Amino acid sequence: MTGAITTLLVCQLAGELLARALHLPVPGPVIGMVLLFVLLLIRHGEGEEPPAALTQVADTLLAHLGLLFVPAGVGVVVLLHTLAANWLPLALAVGGGTLLGIAFTGRLAQALLRRLG
Amino acid sequence: MAPDLTEIWVYLAREPLSALTMTLLAWLAALRLQRLCRRHALANPVLLAVAILAIGLLVTGVDYRSYFQGAQFVHFLLGPATVALAVPLHRQWSTMRAAMLPAAVAILLGGIFAAAMGVGFALLLGAPADVTASLAPRSVTTPVAMGIAERLGGLPSLTAVVVLCSGVVGAAVGPLVLNWARVTDWRARGLAMGTAAHGIGTARALSVNMTAGVFSGLAMGLNAVATALWLPVLWRLFQ
Repeated sequence: MTGAITTLLVCQLAGELLARALHLPVPGPVIGMVLLFVLLLIRHGEGEEPPAALTQVADTLLAHLGLLFVPAGVGVVVLLHTLAANWLPLALAVGGGTLLGIAFTGRLAQALLRRLG
Repeated sequence: MAPDLTEIWVYLAREPLSALTMTLLAWLAALRLQRLCRRHALANPVLLAVAILAIGLLVTGVDYRSYFQGAQFVHFLLGPATVALAVPLHRQWSTMRAAMLPAAVAILLGGIFAAAMGVGFALLLGAPADVTASLAPRSVTTPVAMGIAERLGGLPSLTAVVVLCSGVVGAAVGPLVLNWARVTDWRARGLAMGTAAHGIGTARALSVNMTAGVFSGLAMGLNAVATALWLPVLWRLFQ
Protein backbone atom coordinates (compact mmCIF):
# COMPACT_ATOMS: atom_id res chain seq x y z
CA MET A 1 0.00 0.00 0.00
CA THR A 2 2.87 2.33 0.80
CA GLY A 3 4.23 1.60 -2.67
CA ALA A 4 0.91 2.49 -4.28
CA ILE A 5 0.62 5.78 -2.37
CA THR A 6 4.21 6.58 -3.30
CA THR A 7 3.43 5.87 -6.98
CA LEU A 8 0.57 8.40 -6.87
CA LEU A 9 2.70 11.03 -5.13
CA VAL A 10 5.70 10.51 -7.44
CA CYS A 11 3.42 10.94 -10.50
CA GLN A 12 1.90 14.08 -8.98
CA LEU A 13 5.33 15.50 -8.12
CA ALA A 14 6.64 14.75 -11.61
CA GLY A 15 3.52 16.43 -13.03
CA GLU A 16 4.02 19.54 -10.88
CA LEU A 17 7.71 19.73 -11.88
CA LEU A 18 6.93 19.28 -15.59
CA ALA A 19 4.18 21.93 -15.45
CA ARG A 20 6.58 24.43 -13.88
CA ALA A 21 9.69 23.57 -15.90
CA LEU A 22 7.87 23.68 -19.26
CA HIS A 23 5.42 26.46 -18.28
CA LEU A 24 2.48 24.20 -19.17
CA PRO A 25 -0.99 25.63 -18.61
CA VAL A 26 -2.21 22.25 -17.28
CA PRO A 27 -2.46 21.63 -13.50
CA GLY A 28 0.31 19.34 -12.18
CA PRO A 29 -1.99 16.55 -10.93
CA VAL A 30 -3.57 16.26 -14.42
CA ILE A 31 -0.14 15.71 -15.95
CA GLY A 32 0.46 13.22 -13.15
CA MET A 33 -2.73 11.40 -14.17
CA VAL A 34 -1.62 11.23 -17.81
CA LEU A 35 1.83 9.99 -16.71
CA LEU A 36 0.30 7.22 -14.58
CA PHE A 37 -2.11 6.26 -17.38
CA VAL A 38 0.72 5.95 -19.92
CA LEU A 39 2.81 4.03 -17.36
CA LEU A 40 -0.08 1.58 -16.77
CA LEU A 41 -0.61 1.08 -20.52
CA ILE A 42 3.10 0.37 -21.05
CA ARG A 43 3.55 -1.95 -18.06
CA HIS A 44 0.19 -3.69 -17.89
CA GLY A 45 -1.20 -3.44 -21.41
CA GLU A 46 -4.85 -3.51 -22.38
CA GLY A 47 -7.35 -5.47 -20.34
CA GLU A 48 -4.66 -6.43 -17.80
CA GLU A 49 -5.19 -5.41 -14.18
CA PRO A 50 -2.65 -3.05 -12.58
CA PRO A 51 -1.14 -4.15 -9.21
CA ALA A 52 -3.91 -4.91 -6.69
CA ALA A 53 -2.51 -2.44 -4.15
CA LEU A 54 -2.65 0.46 -6.62
CA THR A 55 -6.20 -0.42 -7.68
CA GLN A 56 -7.21 -0.62 -4.02
CA VAL A 57 -5.69 2.74 -3.05
CA ALA A 58 -7.09 4.44 -6.17
CA ASP A 59 -10.58 3.01 -5.65
CA THR A 60 -10.54 3.99 -1.94
CA LEU A 61 -9.48 7.57 -2.75
CA LEU A 62 -12.06 7.87 -5.55
CA ALA A 63 -14.84 6.35 -3.41
CA HIS A 64 -14.39 9.27 -0.97
CA LEU A 65 -13.82 11.86 -3.70
CA GLY A 66 -16.77 13.93 -2.50
CA LEU A 67 -15.25 14.48 0.95
CA LEU A 68 -12.07 15.91 -0.59
CA PHE A 69 -14.03 18.80 -2.18
CA VAL A 70 -15.56 19.91 1.11
CA PRO A 71 -12.73 22.12 2.53
CA ALA A 72 -12.51 24.13 -0.71
CA GLY A 73 -16.29 24.34 -0.95
CA VAL A 74 -16.54 25.80 2.57
CA GLY A 75 -14.50 28.71 1.13
CA VAL A 76 -17.90 29.95 -0.03
CA VAL A 77 -18.16 31.74 3.37
CA VAL A 78 -15.62 34.35 2.23
CA LEU A 79 -17.46 34.72 -1.09
CA LEU A 80 -20.98 35.42 0.17
CA HIS A 81 -20.78 39.01 -1.11
CA THR A 82 -19.54 37.89 -4.54
CA LEU A 83 -22.33 35.31 -4.69
CA ALA A 84 -25.01 37.82 -3.69
CA ALA A 85 -23.75 40.44 -6.17
CA ASN A 86 -23.56 37.99 -9.11
CA TRP A 87 -26.37 35.53 -8.37
CA LEU A 88 -28.08 35.92 -11.76
CA PRO A 89 -25.09 35.23 -14.08
CA LEU A 90 -23.95 32.45 -11.74
CA ALA A 91 -27.38 30.78 -11.66
CA LEU A 92 -27.85 31.07 -15.45
CA ALA A 93 -24.33 29.84 -16.24
CA VAL A 94 -24.68 26.89 -13.86
CA GLY A 95 -28.28 25.94 -14.70
CA GLY A 96 -28.60 26.95 -18.35
CA GLY A 97 -25.01 26.24 -19.32
CA THR A 98 -25.02 22.75 -17.83
CA LEU A 99 -28.38 21.66 -19.27
CA LEU A 100 -27.67 23.10 -22.74
CA GLY A 101 -24.25 21.41 -22.57
CA ILE A 102 -25.88 18.06 -21.78
CA ALA A 103 -28.43 18.38 -24.60
CA PHE A 104 -25.77 19.44 -27.13
CA THR A 105 -23.22 16.76 -26.17
CA GLY A 106 -25.90 14.05 -26.09
CA ARG A 107 -27.28 14.87 -29.57
CA LEU A 108 -23.80 15.25 -31.06
CA ALA A 109 -22.51 12.01 -29.50
CA GLN A 110 -25.56 10.06 -30.71
CA ALA A 111 -25.17 11.36 -34.27
CA LEU A 112 -21.42 10.65 -34.31
CA LEU A 113 -21.76 7.15 -32.81
CA ARG A 114 -24.40 6.27 -35.40
CA ARG A 115 -22.14 7.35 -38.24
CA LEU A 116 -18.68 6.27 -37.01
CA GLY A 117 -19.24 3.89 -34.07
CA MET B 1 -15.86 27.85 35.21
CA ALA B 2 -16.10 30.66 32.66
CA PRO B 3 -12.34 31.21 32.15
CA ASP B 4 -11.85 27.47 31.60
CA LEU B 5 -14.43 27.46 28.83
CA THR B 6 -12.71 30.39 27.14
CA GLU B 7 -9.40 28.57 27.34
CA ILE B 8 -10.93 25.44 25.82
CA TRP B 9 -12.54 27.52 23.05
CA VAL B 10 -9.24 29.22 22.24
CA TYR B 11 -7.60 25.80 22.00
CA LEU B 12 -10.34 24.40 19.77
CA ALA B 13 -10.38 27.40 17.44
CA ARG B 14 -6.61 27.36 17.02
CA GLU B 15 -5.71 23.70 16.66
CA PRO B 16 -6.08 21.90 13.30
CA LEU B 17 -7.53 18.86 15.12
CA SER B 18 -10.98 20.36 15.63
CA ALA B 19 -11.37 21.63 12.04
CA LEU B 20 -10.34 18.24 10.67
CA THR B 21 -12.72 16.40 13.03
CA MET B 22 -15.59 18.76 12.20
CA THR B 23 -15.02 18.21 8.45
CA LEU B 24 -15.26 14.43 8.85
CA LEU B 25 -18.27 14.66 11.19
CA ALA B 26 -20.06 16.99 8.75
CA TRP B 27 -19.33 14.54 5.93
CA LEU B 28 -20.77 11.59 7.90
CA ALA B 29 -23.83 13.67 8.80
CA ALA B 30 -24.26 14.61 5.12
CA LEU B 31 -24.10 10.94 4.08
CA ARG B 32 -26.77 10.11 6.68
CA LEU B 33 -28.96 12.99 5.43
CA GLN B 34 -28.56 11.73 1.87
CA ARG B 35 -29.79 8.28 2.96
CA LEU B 36 -32.72 9.90 4.78
CA CYS B 37 -33.67 11.66 1.52
CA ARG B 38 -33.56 8.23 -0.24
CA ARG B 39 -30.49 9.27 -2.26
CA HIS B 40 -32.42 12.00 -4.10
CA ALA B 41 -30.15 13.67 -6.69
CA LEU B 42 -30.59 17.08 -5.05
CA ALA B 43 -29.50 15.75 -1.62
CA ASN B 44 -25.85 15.81 -2.67
CA PRO B 45 -23.54 14.97 0.27
CA VAL B 46 -20.85 17.48 -0.79
CA LEU B 47 -23.39 20.28 -0.94
CA LEU B 48 -24.88 19.25 2.42
CA ALA B 49 -21.48 18.98 4.16
CA VAL B 50 -20.38 22.36 2.79
CA ALA B 51 -23.65 23.92 4.00
CA ILE B 52 -23.28 22.40 7.49
CA LEU B 53 -19.69 23.62 7.87
CA ALA B 54 -20.31 27.06 6.32
CA ILE B 55 -23.23 27.68 8.68
CA GLY B 56 -21.06 26.43 11.55
CA LEU B 57 -18.28 28.89 10.70
CA LEU B 58 -20.71 31.81 10.30
CA VAL B 59 -22.45 31.03 13.61
CA THR B 60 -19.26 30.56 15.67
CA GLY B 61 -17.37 33.39 13.94
CA VAL B 62 -14.32 31.19 13.26
CA ASP B 63 -12.64 32.53 10.13
CA TYR B 64 -12.09 30.39 7.05
CA ARG B 65 -8.31 30.60 7.19
CA SER B 66 -8.08 29.03 10.64
CA TYR B 67 -10.63 26.39 9.61
CA PHE B 68 -8.51 25.57 6.54
CA GLN B 69 -5.43 25.06 8.78
CA GLY B 70 -7.03 21.77 9.79
CA ALA B 71 -9.08 21.00 6.69
CA GLN B 72 -6.03 21.28 4.42
CA PHE B 73 -5.09 17.69 5.33
CA VAL B 74 -8.25 16.54 3.53
CA HIS B 75 -7.80 19.11 0.74
CA PHE B 76 -4.27 17.86 0.05
CA LEU B 77 -5.61 14.46 -1.02
CA LEU B 78 -7.29 16.03 -4.08
CA GLY B 79 -3.95 15.93 -5.93
CA PRO B 80 -3.27 12.19 -5.45
CA ALA B 81 -6.99 11.50 -6.13
CA THR B 82 -6.71 13.28 -9.49
CA VAL B 83 -3.69 11.12 -10.36
CA ALA B 84 -5.67 8.06 -9.24
CA LEU B 85 -8.29 8.75 -11.97
CA ALA B 86 -5.76 7.09 -14.30
CA VAL B 87 -6.67 3.69 -12.81
CA PRO B 88 -10.38 3.57 -13.83
CA LEU B 89 -9.44 5.18 -17.15
CA HIS B 90 -6.95 2.35 -17.78
CA ARG B 91 -9.51 -0.23 -16.64
CA GLN B 92 -12.11 1.00 -19.14
CA TRP B 93 -9.67 1.58 -21.96
CA SER B 94 -10.27 -1.67 -23.88
CA THR B 95 -14.08 -1.32 -23.61
CA MET B 96 -14.01 2.18 -25.00
CA ARG B 97 -11.40 1.93 -27.70
CA ALA B 98 -13.91 0.95 -30.40
CA ALA B 99 -16.01 4.07 -29.88
CA MET B 100 -12.99 6.23 -29.15
CA LEU B 101 -12.99 8.60 -32.13
CA PRO B 102 -16.67 9.66 -32.08
CA ALA B 103 -16.57 9.79 -28.26
CA ALA B 104 -13.46 12.00 -28.21
CA VAL B 105 -14.91 14.41 -30.79
CA ALA B 106 -18.22 14.65 -28.88
CA ILE B 107 -16.42 15.21 -25.56
CA LEU B 108 -14.12 17.88 -27.00
CA LEU B 109 -16.87 19.85 -28.79
CA GLY B 110 -19.34 19.30 -25.95
CA GLY B 111 -16.80 20.55 -23.41
CA ILE B 112 -16.07 23.66 -25.47
CA PHE B 113 -19.82 24.28 -25.91
CA ALA B 114 -20.56 23.88 -22.18
CA ALA B 115 -17.72 26.25 -21.21
CA ALA B 116 -18.71 28.81 -23.88
CA MET B 117 -22.35 28.77 -22.65
CA GLY B 118 -21.25 29.50 -19.08
CA VAL B 119 -18.84 32.26 -20.06
CA GLY B 120 -21.41 33.65 -22.54
CA PHE B 121 -24.13 33.98 -19.88
CA ALA B 122 -21.63 35.63 -17.49
CA LEU B 123 -20.41 38.14 -20.10
CA LEU B 124 -23.94 38.89 -21.27
CA LEU B 125 -25.02 39.75 -17.74
CA GLY B 126 -21.92 41.80 -17.01
CA ALA B 127 -20.25 39.61 -14.37
CA PRO B 128 -16.77 40.80 -13.26
CA ALA B 129 -13.68 39.20 -14.84
CA ASP B 130 -12.74 37.01 -11.85
CA VAL B 131 -16.29 35.60 -11.64
CA THR B 132 -16.29 34.84 -15.39
CA ALA B 133 -12.89 33.14 -15.10
CA SER B 134 -14.20 31.06 -12.19
CA LEU B 135 -17.16 29.95 -14.34
CA ALA B 136 -15.14 28.89 -17.40
CA PRO B 137 -13.93 25.48 -16.11
CA ARG B 138 -17.41 24.78 -14.63
CA SER B 139 -18.05 21.39 -16.21
CA VAL B 140 -14.66 19.87 -15.27
CA THR B 141 -14.11 17.71 -12.17
CA THR B 142 -13.34 19.92 -9.14
CA PRO B 143 -9.58 19.38 -8.53
CA VAL B 144 -8.80 20.10 -12.19
CA ALA B 145 -11.31 22.96 -12.42
CA MET B 146 -9.75 24.69 -9.40
CA GLY B 147 -6.28 24.40 -10.92
CA ILE B 148 -7.52 25.85 -14.24
CA ALA B 149 -9.42 28.70 -12.52
CA GLU B 150 -6.27 29.67 -10.65
CA ARG B 151 -4.39 29.92 -13.94
CA LEU B 152 -7.13 32.05 -15.53
CA GLY B 153 -7.21 34.52 -12.64
CA GLY B 154 -10.45 33.18 -11.16
CA LEU B 155 -11.35 32.37 -7.56
CA PRO B 156 -10.68 28.65 -6.92
CA SER B 157 -13.19 28.42 -4.06
CA LEU B 158 -15.93 30.03 -6.18
CA THR B 159 -15.06 27.50 -8.90
CA ALA B 160 -15.41 24.67 -6.37
CA VAL B 161 -18.94 25.81 -5.48
CA VAL B 162 -19.94 26.46 -9.11
CA VAL B 163 -18.60 23.05 -10.23
CA LEU B 164 -20.52 21.34 -7.44
CA CYS B 165 -23.76 23.09 -8.32
CA SER B 166 -23.31 22.29 -12.03
CA GLY B 167 -22.82 18.63 -11.14
CA VAL B 168 -25.92 18.53 -8.93
CA VAL B 169 -28.09 20.30 -11.55
CA GLY B 170 -26.76 18.03 -14.32
CA ALA B 171 -27.31 14.85 -12.29
CA ALA B 172 -30.82 15.86 -11.20
CA VAL B 173 -32.24 17.35 -14.42
CA GLY B 174 -29.81 16.00 -17.07
CA PRO B 175 -31.65 12.70 -17.70
CA LEU B 176 -34.91 14.62 -18.31
CA VAL B 177 -33.15 16.93 -20.79
CA LEU B 178 -31.73 13.89 -22.58
CA ASN B 179 -35.21 12.34 -22.83
CA TRP B 180 -36.56 15.59 -24.19
CA ALA B 181 -33.71 15.80 -26.75
CA ARG B 182 -34.54 12.15 -27.67
CA VAL B 183 -31.03 10.84 -26.94
CA THR B 184 -31.66 7.12 -26.53
CA ASP B 185 -28.16 5.65 -27.04
CA TRP B 186 -26.82 4.81 -23.53
CA ARG B 187 -23.27 5.58 -24.66
CA ALA B 188 -24.31 9.07 -25.84
CA ARG B 189 -26.30 9.67 -22.62
CA GLY B 190 -23.24 8.74 -20.56
CA LEU B 191 -20.92 10.94 -22.62
CA ALA B 192 -23.27 13.92 -22.17
CA MET B 193 -23.52 13.46 -18.39
CA GLY B 194 -19.77 13.04 -17.89
CA THR B 195 -18.85 15.98 -20.13
CA ALA B 196 -21.24 18.51 -18.57
CA ALA B 197 -21.66 17.17 -15.01
CA HIS B 198 -18.30 15.40 -14.27
CA GLY B 199 -18.19 13.00 -11.29
CA ILE B 200 -21.60 13.81 -9.85
CA GLY B 201 -23.19 13.15 -13.25
CA THR B 202 -21.11 9.98 -13.57
CA ALA B 203 -22.33 8.71 -10.20
CA ARG B 204 -25.91 9.23 -11.41
CA ALA B 205 -25.24 7.60 -14.80
CA LEU B 206 -23.65 4.57 -13.07
CA SER B 207 -26.74 4.08 -10.92
CA VAL B 208 -29.02 4.01 -14.00
CA ASN B 209 -27.07 2.02 -16.61
CA MET B 210 -23.60 0.41 -16.61
CA THR B 211 -22.78 1.38 -20.23
CA ALA B 212 -23.81 4.98 -19.56
CA GLY B 213 -21.68 4.98 -16.39
CA VAL B 214 -18.54 3.72 -18.12
CA PHE B 215 -18.87 6.27 -20.93
CA SER B 216 -19.63 9.02 -18.42
CA GLY B 217 -16.43 8.18 -16.54
CA LEU B 218 -14.47 8.31 -19.79
CA ALA B 219 -16.04 11.67 -20.65
CA MET B 220 -15.20 13.07 -17.21
CA GLY B 221 -11.54 12.04 -17.50
CA LEU B 222 -11.04 13.09 -21.12
CA ASN B 223 -12.89 16.38 -20.66
CA ALA B 224 -10.70 17.20 -17.65
CA VAL B 225 -7.49 16.63 -19.61
CA ALA B 226 -8.76 18.30 -22.80
CA THR B 227 -10.17 21.37 -21.02
CA ALA B 228 -6.97 21.78 -18.99
CA LEU B 229 -5.15 21.91 -22.34
CA TRP B 230 -7.38 24.12 -24.52
CA LEU B 231 -9.06 26.45 -22.04
CA PRO B 232 -5.95 28.39 -20.85
CA VAL B 233 -4.78 28.72 -24.47
CA LEU B 234 -8.16 29.95 -25.81
CA TRP B 235 -8.54 32.21 -22.77
CA ARG B 236 -5.26 33.96 -23.51
CA LEU B 237 -6.23 34.33 -27.19
CA PHE B 238 -9.55 36.02 -26.40
CA GLN B 239 -8.16 38.51 -23.89
